[in-house]
Amino acid sequence: MRIFVCLKQVPDTETRIQLKADRSGIEENGVKWVMNPYDEFAVEEALKLKEVKGSGQVTVISVGPKARVTESLRTAMAMGADDGIVIDTTEFLDTFLTAKALAAAIQKESPFDLILTGKLAIDDNSASVPQILAEFLAVPHVTVVSKLTFDTALTIEREVEGGAREVYELQGPCVIAANKGLNTPRYASLPGIMKAKKKPLKELSLSDVGIQPSNVKVRLKDFQLPPEKPAVKMIAGDPSAQAKELVRLLMDEAKVL
Amino acid sequence: MSKVFVFVETTSHDLKKGSMELLTAAKTAGRTVVAGLIGGDAKSLATRAAQFGAQSVFVCDSAGQYNPETYSDTVTAMIKESGADVVLASSSATARDLFPRVAARLDCGLASDCTDLDLTNNSIKARRPLYSGKCTAEVEFLNSPICFVLMRPNQLPAGSPDLGAQCQIREFPAQTASGKIISKDVVKGSSTKADLTEANVIVSGGRGMQNAENFKLLDDLANTIGATVGASRAVADAGWVPHSMQVGQTGKTVAPSLYIACGISGAIQHLAGMSASKVIVAINKDADAPIFQKANYGIVGDLFEVVPKLVEEFKKALHK
Ligand SMILES: Cc1cc2nc3c(=O)[nH]c(=O)nc-3n(C[C@H](O)[C@H](O)[C@H](O)COP(=O)(O)OP(=O)(O)OC[C@H]3O[C@@H](n4cnc5c(N)ncnc54)[C@H](O)[C@@H]3O)c2cc1C
Ligand SMILES: Nc1ncnc2c1ncn2[C@@H]1O[C@H](COP(=O)(O)O)[C@@H](O)[C@H]1O
Repeated sequence: MRIFVCLKQVPDTETRIQLKADRSGIEENGVKWVMNPYDEFAVEEALKLKEVKGSGQVTVISVGPKARVTESLRTAMAMGADDGIVIDTTEFLDTFLTAKALAAAIQKESPFDLILTGKLAIDDNSASVPQILAEFLAVPHVTVVSKLTFDTALTIEREVEGGAREVYELQGPCVIAANKGLNTPRYASLPGIMKAKKKPLKELSLSDVGIQPSNVKVRLKDFQLPPEKPAVKMIAGDPSAQAKELVRLLMDEAKVL
Repeated sequence: MSKVFVFVETTSHDLKKGSMELLTAAKTAGRTVVAGLIGGDAKSLATRAAQFGAQSVFVCDSAGQYNPETYSDTVTAMIKESGADVVLASSSATARDLFPRVAARLDCGLASDCTDLDLTNNSIKARRPLYSGKCTAEVEFLNSPICFVLMRPNQLPAGSPDLGAQCQIREFPAQTASGKIISKDVVKGSSTKADLTEANVIVSGGRGMQNAENFKLLDDLANTIGATVGASRAVADAGWVPHSMQVGQTGKTVAPSLYIACGISGAIQHLAGMSASKVIVAINKDADAPIFQKANYGIVGDLFEVVPKLVEEFKKALHK
């Protein structure tokens, strides 16, 4: 089985976000970078499938500055991925061009059985790259996947509103975007970390994959921090008095009910 | 004047609130509005879309249940036919799955999960939260003949329906499937309430609830005020509630008018999913719990004493 896993490196949620003085983006100095949490589920699922099939190759691929995203690719290789590809760029790419770059790199590399991604990157909150990638590669996609079984066909469960699940059956290559609950990602073992250092990591430039950063379809501007919340109003008294006052405030002051 | 295509979704008997909000926004901005409805009840709810502002309504009632392939083909055909240069949809499970693909097919850009939209002056301004709600940015469209915007529900006002409104209805055939992806089944969720992502009021419980049985207390409160019940990850991981109820970075992102957090400490990963709520109430016995820093109203106290009183008081106030 030939599996590709798309990885994005994102600021750790615990990291404090500060804006550049001209509000054109966030200040990247001092940010702690980690593998997008949903991508860990994608890596784990790829490794599990390879184990079940008994053979195969899991390639992890990332678009971003090589100087930092290499670390996340190596982490995935330490978990067990076989090799990696980095499309090295410090330019801003929207989801359209990111997907285009990934599609071109994968097409250059080899035919595939499956591409796994996270359902959402927690930095840009787009949940778009997997679907666009599938469109460019002319294969089906399923997102927000919480269950996957592979016999002669792939059977997949996708989570929708109200805890309902849509069930799909897929034939042939496809793009699957992982949700939490799909599996429990393994930790990289010490021998795994040692081995990962020697695994092949291919480097591509944007021109290798035919991407012009100026062709982005959307750009982000005028970054703003959320408005300061007014100080919390603490409600004193015994539980009955507190309850009574809260109901009054919600109905008369906040007018939310 | 430019045309707006609104992808309209339905619940059992009506349009989803998010769809009403988008129709209203497009109409109020003086745009020509085309609505697109796909599903078994598409035809019967077409006039309802007109009541909220659609001049023409495209319907396809033979597409069956959601399938990314057939739906993207049908929606693409509708958008092309409409001649719209703006496409709006709610940030629902279906639209978030569908529209990135449709936009790419039409060689266009998309702004997902926006919280602010301005269509006045024949321009389009959309703003979206980034980095788990730690900042927002305005989306600028370039090289994009059609601007696609997915809006979170509950961010814009829904107008009142014009019950006499008329519209043109056009039927679209369902597109045939290639067989590469087959929709097998939809397994119903346990909840009959509004989904967390659409709920206008959420009552959420954390580890302070102590066990699964105690969530009955929150069900009571939720039933009294028409809320949906959510939970922290600690609670979902403990198996007290299903994971679909989890709010936060690895759960649902919600933005209700009112969020009542009971026995939730307010970890950054939880806040990431709910800090965009308009009004936040925290009930916690620890006065130093970080949740109070994000709350509008705080009660330091034992939730097992406060919540039942709250149910009583709400019942009185709402005459139930
Ligand atoms: C990568 C990652 C992703 C995560 N994603 C999420 C996520 O999506 N959502 C999420 O919620 N968390 C998430 N977490 C976990 C998060 O860090 C916290 O551990 C979790 O939110 C804590 O849940 P809690 O507030 O219910 O429990 P606790 O932190 O244990 O807080 C319980 C609170 O209840 C109060 N309490 C106890 N008894 C009572 C009582 N009788 N009356 C009133 N108050 C009482 C206590 O004072 C305390 O403040 C994530 C963590 C990581 C590392
Ligand atoms: N720069 C990138 N490099 C590799 N994969 C990416 C990149 N951006 C997004 N992805 C993949 O697409 C998923 C969804 O991202 P997004 O559409 O940005 O929310 C992520 O979880 C990744 O698997």
